[in-house]
Formats: sequence, structure tokens, C-alpha cells
Amino acid sequence: MAPVRVAAGQGFWGDWLEAPYRQVTGGPIDYLMMDYLAEVTMSILQKQKARDPALGYAKDFVPALERILPQLVERGIKVTANAGGVNPRACAQAVADAARRRGLSGKVRLGIVTGDDLLERLDQLLADGQELRNLDTGRPLGDVRSRVLAANAYLGAAPVAEALRRGADIVVTGRVTDTGLTLAPLIHAFGWRADDWDALAAGTVAGHLIECGAQASGGNCAVDWDRIPDLANVGYPIVEAHPDGTFEVTKHPRTGGRISVPGVTEQLVYEMGDPTQYITPDCVADFTTIRLAQAGRDRVRVSGVRGRPATDKLKVSIAYFYGYKAVGTLVYAWPEAYRKAQAADQVLRQRLRGLGLEFEAIHTEFVGVDATHGPLARGAANVADIPEVQLRIGVRAADVAPVERFTREIAPLILNGPPSVTGFAGGRPKPEEIVAYWPALIDKRVVQPCVEVLEV
Amino acid sequence: MRKRKAAVTKRVPLLELAHARSGDKGDTANIGLIALQPDDYPLLVKQVTAAKVARHFKGMITGSVERYELPNLHALNFLLHGALDGGGTISLKTDAQGKVLSTALLRMEIEVAR
Repeated sequence: MAPVRVAAGQGFWGDWLEAPYRQVTGGPIDYLMMDYLAEVTMSILQKQKARDPALGYAKDFVPALERILPQLVERGIKVTANAGGVNPRACAQAVADAARRRGLSGKVRLGIVTGDDLLERLDQLLADGQELRNLDTGRPLGDVRSRVLAANAYLGAAPVAEALRRGADIVVTGRVTDTGLTLAPLIHAFGWRADDWDALAAGTVAGHLIECGAQASGGNCAVDWDRIPDLANVGYPIVEAHPDGTFEVTKHPRTGGRISVPGVTEQLVYEMGDPTQYITPDCVADFTTIRLAQAGRDRVRVSGVRGRPATDKLKVSIAYFYGYKAVGTLVYAWPEAYRKAQAADQVLRQRLRGLGLEFEAIHTEFVGVDATHGPLARGAANVADIPEVQLRIGVRAADVAPVERFTREIAPLILNGPPSVTGFAGGRPKPEEIVAYWPALIDKRVVQPCVEVLEV
Repeated sequence: MRKRKAAVTKRVPLLELAHARSGDKGDTANIGLIALQPDDYPLLVKQVTAAKVARHFKGMITGSVERYELPNLHALNFLLHGALDGGGTISLKTDAQGKVLSTALLRMEIEVAR
């Protein structure tokens, strides 16, 4: 049996617009996987939907798909994408309109996966004893219930595989796990059983490897970074999977980047918790069983993956209104750039205290000195003679008023603070609403995924 | 004794022995530390302990450090709790997602044979 090729087309909402087109036209693939949803994306989409019931999905998905639709149809390539956000039906409708515009009526079947959205059911679920305690803090959801903006269960691969089984060419979903978008085509193609834990774990590892796009093919790669060829033309990763659960990670020929054991290892450990328990709705994968081997140029073979039964819970991503923040910056130039920036920070803090403003946090960084590595870096370089330092100061508060007042205290420092200062061209910073993330668990049995397949 | 030990070992930054990638889960950052040469993995296991990593990041994190071993990948995974000023959208940090805590760990020095 020929391997099944699943290509990563998008690693997050905002990823390279050229990637899907290049994956579809650069060589043979069977499936294009497009991941759009980060942890707080759902709340942004929920707000958009509240303003306009036809919105609430990743709008960039539609033009990206419209560009490649003729090739998808011609080559029989299927798409799995969680671009549906909090409104998968509206997203599917927009895709259907795009297909008609491209003259592809009757040639595209759309799958829609819903059932993840729990916002309307939240009070009933709480009343039924689902506490939705914060996985990090242990607090019950009741603490922030009135401020909840979105609540979505992470669905797994099963409903996506079901849509493919029912003939869908393009599957648009709500909050389906990143890994499920890759695992589903493999379940569909190989007929893996729902309790074939090793195979499901292997497909999950495959999904984890390509869910961040080029981070598996040379992007953000620490090893030999300056010898990785032609990142301008980077090839996004492709999984070539076999029925026994082994697979290779590769990329199209004549593309830049690199697929190597060190690079693939970096992606394996990315955002990892306990490696023996990578928990998804589909299975529990054990990353300590993974074997990697270079199997040719830009080709890494992955084998040995073991899995265990899925748990009876689903993770729920809840977004709630937290408060406000703002960040202001100024740039201090040589000589004594760092000392001047430090002095300006003290002046600003004294003025904020004088105004009696109350903040949950005030955070100062000196970009060029300590913004990324903190005290570990402060002693490392000769900061006395540094050419310039950016003073970056942020505040956070429950109310908007102190944050708003803070934003008016930055510009005055140019004329009434320490000298050799510039860099205020961007104007006054704007207070920003903070929508925070509340991870929780829910009993699997109370969440029913829903699959529809429509003819365009 | 101390003099003799100094003669047979030297201190090198982890940068010379390992590479790393880091990311976030809420207010927790993870750092995957990978030996550049598989032969050096036991050295990492022995010297880059959770306690030593916690000391390295003192003042930068508010919680504990956990360590997991992945001998199959010659890698260690560290979880740094309370590393991101609340994490995600709450954080006021430039590196709100802990993306470059990876190289911050590579500043740590360990003892190797001369």
C-alpha cells in the first residue's frame, strides 16, 4: 500500500500565506492539514460573531482555499482545517461560495464538524456537576462565570474521520485538536480501529510534528541555523504514513529548509509536558517510545510509538475577560543608554505612585540588556557602552482607568526626563482588553460531536 | 583535592553540548534540552538537575521546576512553573510565551572532562 501523505499548510492563524499553495503544487500529497486555532483565538472569534452572526471563523482560510481549489479538485487532495472557529457553518458557507465562484459546483463536498461549542450550555453543565476547575490553579469556574466569553471542548480525530468517510473533500471544524487534523486522514485511509492505541498514538505524534508548520522543517531550528539552506523558500513538512503506524517526515523537492533528526527532535519536545502522557481525545501517546532515524536527505523516519487508552475526559478551552493592559516604549541612545533608561523607569514609577494609580503589575524591561534572559544576561555583556536601549514598560489592572492614565505618562518623558531619548513615533500606546485562558476538563460523555456533509 | 579536580575538568556552557526549544502552556514554560552528541546525554542527566535549573532561573520564575527524561531522544524536558507573568495574553513580558527561555538555559555551565 502506498503511503498516505499529509501536508502541513498552516501552523497557526497568521502563518505564511504561500505555504498551502506550495504544498498543493510542489509535489504529490493526499491531504492538506491547516491548523488555525490557538488558545485564545476562540474568544476573538466569539466577539466577531456577536457583532455579525455570519462571522466567527478564520477569515484568511477562505481566500487561501479559493486560490488552491482548482488544484485540490483536479488532484483529489482533501483538506482538514479547524478554521471554522466558533462558526464552522458560516465558514463552510463561505467556502461553498468560493467553490461556486471558481466554477466548481457539484465537484466539492464539504464536511462540517461542530459540537465543541459549550458556551450556551455552560450553566446547565455547571448545574449538572461539571465543575470546570482551572487545571493550573484548581479554582472553580464559578469564580469567573460572569466574565466567560467562549467555552469549547477539544474534539479529537474521530468526527473528522467520520466526515471523510462520508465523502467530504474539505472538512471544516470548530475546536478540533491540532493533532486530530492529521490523525483523522490516517484513521480514514488505514481503517485504524478506535482502540488501536499504538497506531492512534503514532498518528498523534505525526500530527504534533507538523502542526507548527515549518518548525519541523528548518524554521526556528537551533542546530546549525546559519547552514540551513534557503529558508526564503522553506518547504513545509509532509508526513508519509504507513498502515503499521510508522511514518516519515519529509518535504517537497526543490524547497528550502531541512528535515533532520535534531530539527525533528526540537519539534517533538515543543510545548511538551510529561512525555509519557501526551493526552489527546484520541489516545495517550508515550513520547519516550519514539524512535527517529535519518532515512535520506530531508527525510526522517519515525517508528516505535506506543499509545495507551484515551481518558474519559475532554479538555475544555475557556476564555474569560480578565482586565486591561498597556505597554509603552522609548529608546535611549549612547552614551550611558542603559543608565538613562533605568533613570527614566524610576521617574515614571514615581509619577505613577504620585498619581495614586493601582496596578496588578508594573513590568519593566530594558530591551538590549535583559528583556529576554533577565538577570542571566545583565552581567554577560558590557552594558555600560551599549549603543542603545529600549525602555519597555507595561502595566496591568482590573479597570481601564489607571491603564489609560499610564498611556499618557510615556510621551512627556521625552521632554521632561533623562536625555538622548527618541522612538515615540508610534504615538501613545492603547489600553488593550485582556482575554485570559482557563483550561479545564469535562466528562467526554456530555459532549456530542456533530458531523454534516454538504454538496456544493 | 580541589586543585586536582580543577585540573581534570573544565566548565563549559550548555550551548556547547546541547540545543533546545521552549514554549508555553499557560503560565508554565517548557524547555526541551537535547544533547548535540548522544554520548553527552548522561552528562546532562547527571548535571542538569531540576534543582540546578531552578537555581539558574532564580528570580525569573515563581514556581517549581520539574524534569522528565527522554533517553530515546537524548533529551530532557523541563517544566518551569510561574515563568511567564501569568502567561499568554495576561503577561506583560516580551517573551510572554517563553520562546527564548531555551537559549537562557544554554547559558548554564556544567563540568566536563578536559
